[in-house]
Amino acid sequence: MVPPPSFTAQLLNLFAAGLLLISFAMLSQRRTRSLILLFGLQGAILVASTTLVAYSAGLRHLYFSAGLTLVLKVCLLPWILLRLVDRLEAQWDSEPLINIPTTMLIGVGLVIFAFGLAQPISALATTITRNTLGIALAIILLAFVMMITRRKAVTQVMGFLAMENGLFFAATSATYGMPMVVELGIALDVLVGVFILGIFFFQIREQFESLDLQHLENLKEE
Amino acid sequence: MTAAPLVRQAAEVVLAMSLAPLFIGWIAQCRAWLQNRSAPPLLQPWRTLRKLFWKDATLAEHASPLFRLTPYVLFGTMVLAAAIIPTVATNLPFAWVADAIALVGLFATARVFISLAAMDIGTAFGTLGARREMMVGFLAEPALLMVFFNAFLISGSTALPSVVERLAAPPFIIYPSLAFAGVAFVMVLLAENARLPIDNPATHLELTMIHEAMVLEYSARHLALVEWASALKLFNYACLGFALFVPWGLASRDSGPGAVLVAVVALLLKLGAAGAVLALVETVSAKLRIFRAPEFLAMAFLLAVLGLLVHLLLGA
Repeated sequence: MVPPPSFTAQLLNLFAAGLLLISFAMLSQRRTRSLILLFGLQGAILVASTTLVAYSAGLRHLYFSAGLTLVLKVCLLPWILLRLVDRLEAQWDSEPLINIPTTMLIGVGLVIFAFGLAQPISALATTITRNTLGIALAIILLAFVMMITRRKAVTQVMGFLAMENGLFFAATSATYGMPMVVELGIALDVLVGVFILGIFFFQIREQFESLDLQHLENLKEE
Repeated sequence: MTAAPLVRQAAEVVLAMSLAPLFIGWIAQCRAWLQNRSAPPLLQPWRTLRKLFWKDATLAEHASPLFRLTPYVLFGTMVLAAAIIPTVATNLPFAWVADAIALVGLFATARVFISLAAMDIGTAFGTLGARREMMVGFLAEPALLMVFFNAFLISGSTALPSVVERLAAPPFIIYPSLAFAGVAFVMVLLAENARLPIDNPATHLELTMIHEAMVLEYSARHLALVEWASALKLFNYACLGFALFVPWGLASRDSGPGAVLVAVVALLLKLGAAGAVLALVETVSAKLRIFRAPEFLAMAFLLAVLGLLVHLLLGA
């Protein structure tokens, strides 16, 4: 029998599983408001796992990225998004393109695919978190699915942000995070992106009186 | 075979039978507190049972023997299930007789009987309830099995006592797969015991009810047995949950009466906590449309499958 992994590794696996669980919860959530809260929770778990990796590997710069995540993805972005949703009155998402059980089935398939994909990479990695690379990839793919199957602009942005979470987690598990400059750049990009997309939401609603992006697919006849 | 193990087994079953209505009463109390109502006393379910046992039974004109037999079958299966599930100790003779898969079969037997009895009288409500119950049941059963498989994979055995002993064994290991299985199990528990997102336990005459619709024709001692059996079912599910996800505190194979006492106290604490959590879940969630129920249970099934995947692929 294999000896059980160290307690830190177990805890990291648990956090990774929690992130995956939340990804699935987001995939099956119809209410935009709950979706945002779930996103905040995902950020919080990400902070916990990053801090744990920083502590166990003794890396100072990872504490900074954990703090950055805490400020940006747990506090600031959910707050901005909640206010946006309130002002846009977009609490409910319309029915997704594919029904939810089917989406979940696709999700399970993607998890298997992601694990298969990550196997050779994690065999080469030497970090304590190498097992969780598959989960990180799965989170990214699930966020993709969310962006594809949802119709409303707000939920698509949520998918985009969840994907960023997945990428961050992948970076932490494969190579103990990215250089500080890159991370700062990404954080700023995400923040600015959300601001710009928030402005877009208002413009889209002004034009079509709805946030349903299917309206954008029609050609104008003039 | 000496008499001592049988006495212990009997004591465990009696404990389960007496605690089950109290558990229902505790959940009702917690719900009332959470909803700012004055709570019914803890012993209320017991009083209801006593009242029902004293009354004279009325039977519908066209009731077949099956209708009269069903309450006893229901009660019997649930008592047997209570004997199989390790509630306070793992070294009871009945616990080794059947594994968890047989247990699922036992629950299915009870479900078939109550559905047939509900259709037996031929009222619209009974048939309606029976059909809905079968719909919920056939979706909940595979999910429950998948939850069990998660625990089986870790412990390498399908017998509940050895699963419990393996999971409670000293080197404390976190199993991420059990987190998935735990969420799935709670969903199955809610669906199978006619609790809130699927069925409203507080209602007695509503078009959307499931369990109550099936037992509408029962009265007096039959109704008492049916209600007691459903209380036992919830108790059994709760104990299954404890066995799989919080197995600590159970008396193991070679421990004295002191350990059993500790186990009983642990059981009471766990029941108290579980009741409060159930009441909270029921207070914050609204009843789902009946056609959302397959989606709810499909999610439970997929979560359990995900647990299996995480276990196999993460190697943890």
